[in-house]
Amino acid sequence: MFRRRLTIALSVLLLLLPWPVAAMPYDYIDISNPFLRKTPIAVPVFKSATHDPAAMAAASVTSARLAYYLNFTGYFTLSDPGAFLEDPQNMNITGSGLRYRNWTAIGAEMLVTGSVVIRDDDTEFELRLFDTIKEKMLVGKRYRSTADNYRQVARRFCSEVIFAISGSRGFFDSKIAFVSNGTGHKEIFLCEFDGSNVRRFTRHKSISLFPDWSSDGRWIAYTTYADRGPKIRIQHVRENRVAKIDKPGLQAVPAWVPGKFELAASLSFSGDQEIYLLTGNGKVIKRLTSSAGIDVEPTWSPDGRRLAFVSKRSGSPQVYIYDTVSGRVQRLTFEGRYNTQPSWSPKGDRIAYSAMNNGVIDIFTINPEGGEPFQLTENQGTNEAPTWAPDGSLVAFSSTREGKSRIYVMTAYGTDQRRLFTLSGEQSNPKWSPNIFNP
Amino acid sequence: MMMKRKWIILTMLFVIPAMSLTVSCAKKPVATVPSAAEIAAEEAAAEEAVRQAELEKQREIESQKQLEAERLAAERAEQLKAEAIERDMMMAMNRFLNENVSFEFDNFTLDYQAQELLKQKAVWLRDNPDANVVIEGHCDERGTNAYNLSLGERRAESAKMFLVNLGISDTRLTTISYGEEKPVDMGRDEESWAKNRRAAFVLE
Repeated sequence: MFRRRLTIALSVLLLLLPWPVAAMPYDYIDISNPFLRKTPIAVPVFKSATHDPAAMAAASVTSARLAYYLNFTGYFTLSDPGAFLEDPQNMNITGSGLRYRNWTAIGAEMLVTGSVVIRDDDTEFELRLFDTIKEKMLVGKRYRSTADNYRQVARRFCSEVIFAISGSRGFFDSKIAFVSNGTGHKEIFLCEFDGSNVRRFTRHKSISLFPDWSSDGRWIAYTTYADRGPKIRIQHVRENRVAKIDKPGLQAVPAWVPGKFELAASLSFSGDQEIYLLTGNGKVIKRLTSSAGIDVEPTWSPDGRRLAFVSKRSGSPQVYIYDTVSGRVQRLTFEGRYNTQPSWSPKGDRIAYSAMNNGVIDIFTINPEGGEPFQLTENQGTNEAPTWAPDGSLVAFSSTREGKSRIYVMTAYGTDQRRLFTLSGEQSNPKWSPNIFNP
Repeated sequence: MMMKRKWIILTMLFVIPAMSLTVSCAKKPVATVPSAAEIAAEEAAAEEAVRQAELEKQREIESQKQLEAERLAAERAEQLKAEAIERDMMMAMNRFLNENVSFEFDNFTLDYQAQELLKQKAVWLRDNPDANVVIEGHCDERGTNAYNLSLGERRAESAKMFLVNLGISDTRLTTISYGEEKPVDMGRDEESWAKNRRAAFVLE
């Protein structure tokens, strides 16, 4: 089921050349909107010995996958291989012998080169990222892998590339949980960050909603009617372990505290809905909100100090922020009369949410300290349930733009909107996991 | 007829020897021998008795029949009455189960109409003290589903608290929110949405 069981078998990463580890100025992307101008990058097929078909196949599959992942980030445009002036199988791939001008001539400002050698059961990849304008190598890595782990090699190197240009590690070890009703019941499903490898997580034949990943990616908490719900279940992703919350009434929309085995959720056992802090085993630690009426949809700041949530205390649903240290609650959204589904970026600088105006729901982001909302979706059906990639660069969401509700992804600035996959039934409530290194 | 013939034969048996005796010795008494008239009277009396018995039997049967009819009529009346009561109870229960409390969009307050309906429901709950009830809170499809789950819970709780304030024990009333997950009308207009924004009553 999980194809990455041998992840650990992946070889030690090896720095190939002396490398300036000093603070890297991330001047490759525009901080104000890194997706406005994409960086043209060339990813020629990796070099391999022509007499080794297995190495040739590994080279071709892995370079294509690398190009696909780089394109997925939204930072790059891929140079057309048909325009290449160099023959990938006969060019020099190390810094000393590279003819940078043959790449800048076709517009490629960055270049990935690679070689593949197979020895016994080990496949060795040497991968490099070059800045063709400054004529220097930015990343050089050697990976040793078994044949079933080429995907992981591509992900590792992509993570290095994204780190070199943006200072964050990307999202290549993340997954997405979502709700699908294709079986006739709303069940929780999981897939990779790019929508591949879709598989079913729950089999309740009931209504299951609002999945949320623990920081280590090992647990998913969700709301289900399997126990005459709506009740929360805290379920291990791979082992047969489940915890429940022993409280009557509504239990809804769990949100794991970053870095802790604790979560927040709305419970109504007191007769009124309030958001509580719970242990990962479902025991109440303490109440967090205290206001009559609806308090729901908690989402944590990355430092776990603050909690954004939805409340109707002012008459209409709006996003509020609760500071767990000062105990103060402040209203965040003021425009419109229906702002729900807050999702705090793992980078901490934005909160995405959905706003309904004239019956149409669209996704916005706002600075947690307040300010003008920034609209990400417009004029394409209803767009709901934003959730951030672990590096805060992408947002997944559900949209009815093609009729049925499906899962889409876009950059944090609303560009590059695309459908993640096609599945029977309708999909909703996506939730992006953190990067999961030891599943 | 048989009887009649019997009597005639018997009469002949007495009359013929008697006539021969009178001829021989006229002084002999004649009282022991019934005259023909007497015999005819006796015959008629017997016939009358039989007829009377028949009539009596008929009257008895008639009376039995009438009693039976009366009993059946009474029974039917009782049954009809029971059926009417049953029907009324069923109608009351169906009304209780089928008439939903309505709400405005993004709202869980009870308007006049909702309160009047809940008063009727309280009457039914008092008439049916053994009934325990689940109050379901529902929303229309508009808005987002987590918020609607919370809103549905508030709707069910509003209805429950109103009934509790009318004296219905809260141990008989549980609430569950289905948010926007179980619409009764799949339409996408105000008429359908209005039907879906409801607190519904289900027997536990």
